[in-house]
Amino acid sequence: MDTTLSQTAGIADHGHGPAKGLGRWLFTTNHKDIGSLYLWFSLLMFLTGGCMALMIRAELFQPGLQLIQPEFFNQMTTMHGLIMVFGAVMPAFVGLANWMIPIMVGAPDMALPRMNNWSFWILPFAFTLMISTLFMEGGGPDFGWTFYAPLSTTYAPPSVTFFIFAVHMMGFSSIMGAINIIATILNLRAPGMTMMKLPLFVWTWLITAFLLIAVMPVLAGVVTMMLMDIHFGTSFFNAAGGGDPVLFQHVFWFFGHPEVYIMILPAFGIISEIIPTFARKRLFGYASMVYATSSIALLSFLVWAHHMFAVGMPLAGELFFMYATMLIAVPTGVKVFNWVATMFHGSMTFETPMLFALAFVVLFTIGGFSGLMLAIAPADFQYHDTYFVVAHFHYVLVPGAIFSIMAGVYYWLPKWTGHMLNERLGKAHFWLSFIGVNITFFPMHFVGLAGMPRRIPDYALQFADFNAVASVGAFIFGFSQLVFVYNIISCIRGGERATDQVWEGSHGLEWTLPSPAPYHTFSKPPLIK
Amino acid sequence: MSSAEYYVPKQSHWPILASIALFLMALGAGNLINDLSAEVSGGIGVWLLLVGAVLMMAILFAWFRNVINESMSGLYNEQMDRSYRWGMSWFIFSEVMFFAAFFGALFYIRTLAVPWLGGEGDRGISNMLWEGFQAQWPLMTTPDMETFPGPQQIVDPWHLPLINTILLVSSSFTVTVAHKALKVDQRSRIVLWLAITVLLGAGFLVFQAYEYVEAYHDLGLTLNAGVYGATFFILTGFHGLHVTLGSVMLIIIWLRVLRGHFDAEHHFGFEAVTWYWHFVDVVWVGLFLFVYII
Repeated sequence: MDTTLSQTAGIADHGHGPAKGLGRWLFTTNHKDIGSLYLWFSLLMFLTGGCMALMIRAELFQPGLQLIQPEFFNQMTTMHGLIMVFGAVMPAFVGLANWMIPIMVGAPDMALPRMNNWSFWILPFAFTLMISTLFMEGGGPDFGWTFYAPLSTTYAPPSVTFFIFAVHMMGFSSIMGAINIIATILNLRAPGMTMMKLPLFVWTWLITAFLLIAVMPVLAGVVTMMLMDIHFGTSFFNAAGGGDPVLFQHVFWFFGHPEVYIMILPAFGIISEIIPTFARKRLFGYASMVYATSSIALLSFLVWAHHMFAVGMPLAGELFFMYATMLIAVPTGVKVFNWVATMFHGSMTFETPMLFALAFVVLFTIGGFSGLMLAIAPADFQYHDTYFVVAHFHYVLVPGAIFSIMAGVYYWLPKWTGHMLNERLGKAHFWLSFIGVNITFFPMHFVGLAGMPRRIPDYALQFADFNAVASVGAFIFGFSQLVFVYNIISCIRGGERATDQVWEGSHGLEWTLPSPAPYHTFSKPPLIK
Repeated sequence: MSSAEYYVPKQSHWPILASIALFLMALGAGNLINDLSAEVSGGIGVWLLLVGAVLMMAILFAWFRNVINESMSGLYNEQMDRSYRWGMSWFIFSEVMFFAAFFGALFYIRTLAVPWLGGEGDRGISNMLWEGFQAQWPLMTTPDMETFPGPQQIVDPWHLPLINTILLVSSSFTVTVAHKALKVDQRSRIVLWLAITVLLGAGFLVFQAYEYVEAYHDLGLTLNAGVYGATFFILTGFHGLHVTLGSVMLIIIWLRVLRGHFDAEHHFGFEAVTWYWHFVDVVWVGLFLFVYII
């Protein structure tokens, strides 16, 4: 990305700086404030969902039931998944988008700033509603984050009604957030910032926002059908009335598969920003990155039933979804190749963001390969619903999505706070996380292949050793996040002053702004040549 | 008239209040529905829902008034206008996908699930569950007639639904006539043709309500009447809700026209409503084809 500025960053006062007190955060229309709110909320949810994960791993440390009841265990796996997907990963990416997209494209703010505030402030209420179900009669949702009917309809606790409305609220939030991001990218680019000059983080978010608008309404549709089945006597998912429980899975995964790309495409964008900076080379194959991301997004609408190979589909369906899924490996391979080619012959340095980005490339690729194994329908009959699946999606989500978020936070933190972060602590956080993640999730491949089912509080003795190892790793990973939190807070409070460019090899509009970035930026759009 | 800089509003109270209202509505609706199913009465659910809904309407009124005032005082430039255009287009796309979920469910049920349930193909195992079940569409006899008594009759497409099709399709034309009148600034014609559009929409809703009453009382076509009733009511019901919303939006722009809002060049608020109205119309054509006729 070569964006030469003809005039230096337009810093102007809109006539209103940050307000004082709590009102600043409640009523703000500023994309940086809202970005920070999203990021703090996401961190809180990440730690909450993490505590639930640690409860799960503590119970699974040994075979037998020690700490929690199976009913509560099921609520923990369900809530852990829902909170991490909708509360941690998605809001973190939206937070990064809010902070960075306007200053990357030279816009004064997001296109619709008040709606932007609403998109965020729905979330704390939605999660209050969802987490409160744990304290309701009959307990919280206990049917897994995929909430398959009839577990989530006929056999669900009464609190499922509140779960449904909480999902509706999250859907409103996501759709409005995505509309805002698309409108900003399409309409608020500075003069001269053509589409093919956009930073890749912006490109990947444009495509992600499209996916969000396309599939969040489908999620709303499926939970609405659940609500009707539970309370109003319909039989969408009940064969006794001519419906079909498998219909639930089709509709859910039509949402669910694009959803997993919603959680990884912005990660691709972040990594594509970081690697060129620390390799001190331009990104290899910019255009092919854009086309690869687009093809991944389009293919994501055609592969949903690969989550359902074991459900009893016609052979033609199994084959179609198998080959379509394997096709996704091609554009993904293009991306991994481009990252590696960017580093090739680069003058690389290994600051904390780069370490996380490198770990992303390696570990996400491992997760991608296990995904390829799962895509093979006949092999999936063996892997289906085992810990192999758990290992697969945690490899793409934890050292994939989450590592990219951490990489992004470390990368842009100096721009946000005006202080360099503590490299020593950052590296400590990286190595503890890297080791912790692999100790946690790598053994899950083995127990999964050996046949340990997912979502159970107790297991056969032969799985004991690997489970104990995984639990130790989970606690290492979990507690090392406190280093992350400490590092962020100390970076906000002080530290070495950051320059405007922050990193030696950084390019792009955001690095032309002072650090910390002023409250209002680019009120007059810069001219990009 | 319009300013050169992109307008970034100051702080706003509306979004956080709207979030609170939404939360009250969700909490209230959840409590109310759970109480109804458990046959408990006297819960607070209905009050929470009501307070939330009233609050939400008041907030939306105030929020939109705020935006309209800003627009009228010339704070919005052309770029702002484009933001609203993109916003509305993608919002309508999200609505399309919402209906796509239900249409998809209908097609899956009709062409795959019900025939499989009747033993077609190598999915005959379902036939063992409900022995003697015959696949048919419309599904008049459900596998378990005690729990889900199938409908005795279905709605005849060539009476009320046909009239409703004529009403809604012609309302798409009348709203276009109003829009054309706005472009040449003939206020009285705008008022007239918008009023006709609203009346056509209201007529549609009245007939739709009548059709529902008939379905429940005379045809045995209910939410509980197996998957035919389920798909029928979820598709027509959500469409009806959207027509209601569209009619409210039409009334609002009608009142705004009476107050002298909009001019020949600047009237995206008006145009957005016409977009929405056309969308509602197109969904109906799909419904008329796939739910009623075929």
